[in-house]
Formats: sequence, C-alpha cells, structure tokens
Amino acid sequence: MVMITALANPKRFLDFSRTVLPWTCAAAVILLGVGLYWSLFATPPDYQQGQSVKIMFVHVPAAWMGIFIYGVMAGASLVGLVFRHPLADVAAKSAAPLGAAFTALALLTGSLWGRPMWGTYWQWGDARLVSELILLFIYLGYIALWNAIDDPVRAARAAAVLALVGAADVPVIHFSVDWWNTLHQPASILRLGGPTIDKSFLTPLLIMIVGYTFLFLWLWLLRMQTEILERRARSLMMARGA
Amino acid sequence: MAGFFAMGGYAVFVWPAYAITFAVLIAAIIFSVQSHTRAKKTVRELEEEGSATEDHG
Repeated sequence: MVMITALANPKRFLDFSRTVLPWTCAAAVILLGVGLYWSLFATPPDYQQGQSVKIMFVHVPAAWMGIFIYGVMAGASLVGLVFRHPLADVAAKSAAPLGAAFTALALLTGSLWGRPMWGTYWQWGDARLVSELILLFIYLGYIALWNAIDDPVRAARAAAVLALVGAADVPVIHFSVDWWNTLHQPASILRLGGPTIDKSFLTPLLIMIVGYTFLFLWLWLLRMQTEILERRARSLMMARGA
Repeated sequence: MAGFFAMGGYAVFVWPAYAITFAVLIAAIIFSVQSHTRAKKTVRELEEEGSATEDHG
C-alpha cells in the first residue's frame, strides 16, 4: 500500500516506470520467443485435435489477457472514483485499447479454431462466444466514451461507471461454459482439482501466458507515460494561451 | 519441414491465427511507441518555447 501511495505521485510514477519499462520489454521478448518456439516445434499433436491444437497457444493467452486487463481497468476505475486520483484514471484509460486488442484476438483465433473443430466459425447460441463479443463491445464503448467527453475529469468518471457496470460480464464469461451447454469446452486450467491439460501442452502455454502478461505490462506503462505527457502538453498549451 | 508447414492438414487455420496475432501485437507496439515518442517531442518543444519566452520577457 505504501508503494502504491508513493507511486500515486505522477513524477515518481514516471521515474519508477522508466526504470521498470526496459525489464518488462525484455521479459516479454524472451518469454514470447521461448514460448513460441516451444509451442510450435516442441509440442506433440493432440490425440483428438491433431495439429489444430497449435492455435491454443495464441488463443488462450489472448482470452486470458482480455479478462485480466478488464480486471485491471475496473480496479483502477474504482480507485479513481473513490479517491479521485488522476493517475488511476490514466491507468484505466491506458489499459482499455490493449484489452480490446487482446479480446479481438481471442475472438479471431477462437473462430479459426472453431471452424475445424466445431464445424463453424461462429455460433450466436454459444454463451461463451457471445459474452466474449460483449466484452469487446464494452471495451469499445469505454474508449468511445473517453473520446466523446472533452473534460478529462468528467470523462474519467463516466468511463469508470461504465467499466464497473460492464464488470458483470466477466463472471458470465468465466462460468458460461458451466451454466450453459456451449460448443466451447469447459475450463481446463483454472478449475477446482487442478488443470486437466497435459503437461507437454501446459508448460509452453503458461510461458506464453506470462509472456503476453509482460507484453501488456510494457505497453501499459508506456501508454500511461504517454497519457501523462499529453496531459502535461495540454496544460502547457493552456498556460501559454492564457 | 513441409510436414511442419502443413500442420497435419490444419495449415489454413493455424497459420492465419498466428499471422493475425502477430499483426495485431506488432501494430499495438508500433502505435504505442509512436504516440509516446510524439508526446515526448511535443512536451519538450513546449517547454523549450516556454523557457525561451521567459528569457526574453
């Protein structure tokens, strides 16, 4: 908590993020390099799905990031609403486009996996697919709301409310495979009783997931810096105009 | 090697999935880095301008 309070100062945040930034970038490059090699060259075909299982290594991490980033965005939005701290607003705003990108990737790669395995690219009756699409729309609505309101304080408040209301979709996505009979398979990693997926797939998959997470952390910190710089530019311009 | 690219007959699904992933992530990186560089440049210019006017005034 002390650390978070200290980082709430934008100046100190900039110093901190400048130190951390190269490390997050390096970690992402190394983990994604190892994970990609392992996934493509060192995993066997699945006994049911054959080589189409290779899609899992880019699909599951993207889907995980879509939800993880939403958690980050909703958490930062709550902090922003309660403590009225601009850095929390900056954190939430900077995460949104990345969350939208990963969610779009989860939908696209899932669709390319669904065609050979389920016989269809898309199924409107499938709760997992539709709740994931709704997540993408919430992200896009959140970004649009920020762009629609000029005053950053008012924009942050409106967007934060949307982020918190939209958070209701996250448990629906997670439990959709249990609540409804979906084409999508039930959870095989985050489940009671441990993962059901074979170790030869699980290890490279986890490396890819951690690699994606570091890629997000790198771009998130970079985008937060950008947002702080843009706000500084705006206030400098206003000071000059006055 | 040809067997690897064939992906057991699933090449038309596996490779587009990897290509889309690669394209979107590279685009996200380029966009984020570019806007960061631009914002840094704008702030530097504004700050230099500001100190220049102060000197003359």
